[in-house]
Amino acid sequence: MLLIGLVMFALAPLQIAGAPYESTMGLIQKVFYFHVPGWIVMFLAVFVAGISSAVYLFRQKPLADRLAVAAAELAVIFGIIGLTTGPFWARKAWGVWWQWDARLTMALILEMIFCAYLLLRRYGGPGSDKLAAGLALFGMANVPFVYISVNVWRTIHPSTSVVPQLAASAPGMFGPFVWCMVAFLVLFVVMLVARVRLEAQRAEAERLYLVLEEG
Amino acid sequence: MSSQPISVFQFNELIVSEVFRYYGRRTALRNVTLTLRSGELVGLVGPNGAGKSTLLGVMATLIQPSKGSVSYGDRSSRQAGASLRANIGFLSHDLQLYSDLTARENLEFFAGLYGLDRPEWHAENALDHAGLADRADDLVQGFSRGMRQRLALERVLLHKPRLILLDEPFTGLDEVAGTRLIARLRELKNEDCIVLLATHDLEIVDGLLDRTVMLHSGEIVELEKTMHGSLREQYQRTLQLISKV
Amino acid sequence: MNSFLRVAWLVMRKDLRVESRSWEMMSTTLFFAVSCVLVFSFAFVREGRAIEGAAAGILWIAVAFSGTLSLGPTFERERYHDALRGLLLAPVERAAVFVGKLFGVLLLMSIVEVVVAVLVALLFQAPIIQYFWWISALLILGNLGFASVGTLFAAMLARTRSRAVLLPILLYPITMPALIAGVMGTVAVIQIEPNFELARFWLALLLFFDAIFLTLALWTFEPVMTE
Repeated sequence: MLLIGLVMFALAPLQIAGAPYESTMGLIQKVFYFHVPGWIVMFLAVFVAGISSAVYLFRQKPLADRLAVAAAELAVIFGIIGLTTGPFWARKAWGVWWQWDARLTMALILEMIFCAYLLLRRYGGPGSDKLAAGLALFGMANVPFVYISVNVWRTIHPSTSVVPQLAASAPGMFGPFVWCMVAFLVLFVVMLVARVRLEAQRAEAERLYLVLEEG
Repeated sequence: MSSQPISVFQFNELIVSEVFRYYGRRTALRNVTLTLRSGELVGLVGPNGAGKSTLLGVMATLIQPSKGSVSYGDRSSRQAGASLRANIGFLSHDLQLYSDLTARENLEFFAGLYGLDRPEWHAENALDHAGLADRADDLVQGFSRGMRQRLALERVLLHKPRLILLDEPFTGLDEVAGTRLIARLRELKNEDCIVLLATHDLEIVDGLLDRTVMLHSGEIVELEKTMHGSLREQYQRTLQLISKV
Repeated sequence: MNSFLRVAWLVMRKDLRVESRSWEMMSTTLFFAVSCVLVFSFAFVREGRAIEGAAAGILWIAVAFSGTLSLGPTFERERYHDALRGLLLAPVERAAVFVGKLFGVLLLMSIVEVVVAVLVALLFQAPIIQYFWWISALLILGNLGFASVGTLFAAMLARTRSRAVLLPILLYPITMPALIAGVMGTVAVIQIEPNFELARFWLALLLFFDAIFLTLALWTFEPVMTE
């Protein structure tokens, strides 16, 4: 699977280059192909983290906790991709690096929540896994508010209707977009599985350490 | 304000079965198996850090074991709920009293919390038992350790629990109070309660206990009973044997 | 249901009683809130007059900061003599203990808010008192959301030996929607030409936020507090 993901990524620039130039923005518009999938995957990661945290809290399945940690880390990473690609677009399209509009603010908040999750797990001391799970769950619950805010609050950020209409309005762009989207998704899944496995191995190492102690 | 009676789950046995408790890389309890029955007064001894407080916490349903199980009668601790907790009394080392409240207020609060009818009456009763009736309306802040200990013990016994767990109950008690506590414990034993007390005061409890369990580095160890002798002597011998291993 | 409320009431009454012995939390929080308002006022004053729109922001920042300050001691007191375990041992629904604590926090925050709102109204000539019902509604709902999450997180942190500094780090990002809604709603009401339509929207958002997060908090209190 990793192979597929990597190959897709390698071919992505070709696809992107092949896509037509958008009228006003020139090259920078191509950032869009990484930016939107980056955020979509980040939201996906947030949901995975939130739901598996809930499962961990209420059912105490260790696998759920590992999944939550992995997803949280990926949420932070993909969030960083989104947060760094965004300003490039913003600078070209609107003339500023950052805008305090609703969606940007909320996205930043979400990113902060999951950074806090990682901080908590690292520095929280014993018992912090339950706390972090609570945090992730609350973080996930914040997502709808992110969506509502952008649609109601006057904002210069492109509204959520751009992507669904892409197929109809600019077929040349749609192909590369889907390609990148799939590539990101594949990458996400691969990284998630790898991270969960790493977590499981770490837990196994701890267990063996204990067995050794008792021995 | 009328209170609904809390249904209390009755049980006669406490079975701890192969319980392990890990804290990261530290093993606090290692393969602990123990059975306690009604009418038993059992002592839990061991050096500091042996895991006594952890074991008491597990038995009180405050700490969940990493492995193994704890059963109260035929109900497992995982199904524990309010009705089980209604029959457990746990006196921790830190006494769980509010220093900004008076003795009476502390007792009335917990009596109310435990759903007892007429909390004032129960509080009054408990104050008498503790010998603190004359200090009832003084803030706990001003109490000596011994006085707090007496008050805390009565708080734990307010709801007449079946299982009573005590962590170092003799700390800070003078002779009179100590004797009173011993008499109280005997009463509880006769009332068919299950009593487990963790203690360092081996001289005081010698002769009082039905049996003694020793915990060392999280593991249960049999006390050296050969040659009989006092509890202190048995304890010392066992420690020596362990350190030789 | 009866015993749930009874327990919550007992816990709240106990908290009020403890507080009444020293009034420590109330006085320090009030003082801090007032200092907050003053400090921010200095920061946002130009040529002797306040910047437009600063009033709403300052009001809510003071609420957020002083709220966080008061949450710490609420549970620190329980931790002090292991009293929290005493509460957890009681044969009651743990969510009821949470609600009792929450009510106590809400009461404290409400008192602080009244003082701060009046102060802001005076310092910035903001028509807060004029639109009393609107502002109250915003404050109450914002309060509820903030305190629900805050009480839960404070309880979580008190139980483990985590540092108290973690509370703001965890709390602010999660409660941002509530705080933002509060500020925007207040702005909509006290601006030169009040926009009640918009204020209504923000109120609805707050209500929604409160419903979701209060439910979540009630739900997760028990699993999060078991060791």
